[in-house]
Amino acid sequence: MIRLLPREVESLWTLFTAPIVWALHFLICYVGAAIYCAKPGLLGLDFAAVRLGIGIVTALALALILLSTLLAWRQWGFGTYDPPHDDATAHSRRRFQGFATLLLSGLSFVAVIFVALPAVFLTECLR
Amino acid sequence: MLAPFALCGCSGVQSALDPAGDESAIVANLFWVMVIGGAFIWIGVIGTLLFAISRRERPVSDAGAGRLILWGGAVFPSVTLLFLLAFALWLMPGLRPFATPADASMTVEVTGKQFWWQVAYRLPDGSRVAAANEVRLPVGKRVEFALESDDVIHSFWIPALGGKMDMIPGRRNRLSLLATKAGTFRAPCAEYCGTSHALMAFSAVAMEPSDFDAWLAAQAEPAAGVSGEGREAFLRNGCGACHRVDGTEANATIGPDLSHVGSRKTIGAGILPNTEAAIASFIANPGAIKPDAKMPAFGALPAAEIDAMAAWLKGLE
Ligand code: HEC
Ligand SMILES: [Cu+2]
Repeated sequence: MIRLLPREVESLWTLFTAPIVWALHFLICYVGAAIYCAKPGLLGLDFAAVRLGIGIVTALALALILLSTLLAWRQWGFGTYDPPHDDATAHSRRRFQGFATLLLSGLSFVAVIFVALPAVFLTECLR
Repeated sequence: MLAPFALCGCSGVQSALDPAGDESAIVANLFWVMVIGGAFIWIGVIGTLLFAISRRERPVSDAGAGRLILWGGAVFPSVTLLFLLAFALWLMPGLRPFATPADASMTVEVTGKQFWWQVAYRLPDGSRVAAANEVRLPVGKRVEFALESDDVIHSFWIPALGGKMDMIPGRRNRLSLLATKAGTFRAPCAEYCGTSHALMAFSAVAMEPSDFDAWLAAQAEPAAGVSGEGREAFLRNGCGACHRVDGTEANATIGPDLSHVGSRKTIGAGILPNTEAAIASFIANPGAIKPDAKMPAFGALPAAEIDAMAAWLKGLE
């Protein structure tokens, strides 16, 4: 699958993909739970539905971040070159960017899990 | 040498580490897990530092350093934090359990005021028992608190029984507590609320259920000493414009309910011992004891009159 994605998509934008997914996931989880807890009757759902929703959004976010990780891994050269990638060449710049994207993806992956973790344990709103 | 000082926070009437309730036991548990876990991590970090210093002459390879950063700097903290977070979240439902209507036998409404606490016990039969500056609750029964404020933000906190909950003007916050041990605890206001914030506390008394029922029944009636001497002076001097004393025409709620003030653990919301002398000094000049207190000084009255009122109030048990 990694071959199907053209190398042209690798740009400065891919660097931000994972953090943006993390940010959106954070917003959806927190805003969603806050609205549900402030207006429990709004959609006729119970809290289990909120937790399930958070679960689905989390799976989706993790999948996107994983994709971004794969791209970054390729851009980095699958680990064949060691950091710090600080030569003044286009090649080194690409590796550097790939490595930075890879690290950000890892961070975002962990962060998304941490953000979603409360939904595993909490079973009701504080009212 | 410092140990005794460090440990004196671990017991006593205002310690979250000497739990007498379900919620505070969870908090204490969480605290110890975090402290001990943190101590191990600290030892690990310092150990690594000492190790690194001792090997200054023989640096590790680049690859070795990379592995150390990956495992020690990324994987280990992420996994440890994941477990600590999961542990804390797992405790959370127990920290904020809400009494269902079936097991909440009683709701205690507490309203924060500068610088005292208005208390009302709402019973299942709809009756209401007013009190102030002291909260009593039966051991082994979950009690629901409805927390409000009349002026600024205060915070309700009985460290020995559970976590704190803010009292916010215009909101009604809920908290439920389950006392597991009888005792008298101190509960400070936990949100800065003005000049006398540090002088705003109350006593929380956990009692055996039968004692509690008897106590509450007595609170619902006028105190035995209500027709005694001093009552005249109390009413004549306008104290009834702010205070209520059950069994007299004094029926205001601007100041604390004084119907049973004589049986409270303290005077002035947790700051003076409950003695005639303390009551008299409070009446004479509340502002000298509690700066900015919202009660005028009555020091201009003859001392005999103040003493008579103090004696009468002390007799309202
Ligand atoms: C303008 C209203 C007002 C008047 C009049 C007033 N008080 Fe007070 N009183 C208060 C307030 C408010 C407090 C709480 C002060 C605090 O702790 O911050 C208080 C507290 C007290 C307390 C301590 C209560 C406790 O729970 O510890 C006593 C005793 C007391 N007043 C007695 C009197 C007497 C006796 C008079 C009449 C001579 C009087 N008060 C007149 C407002 C008033
Ligand atoms: Cu306060």
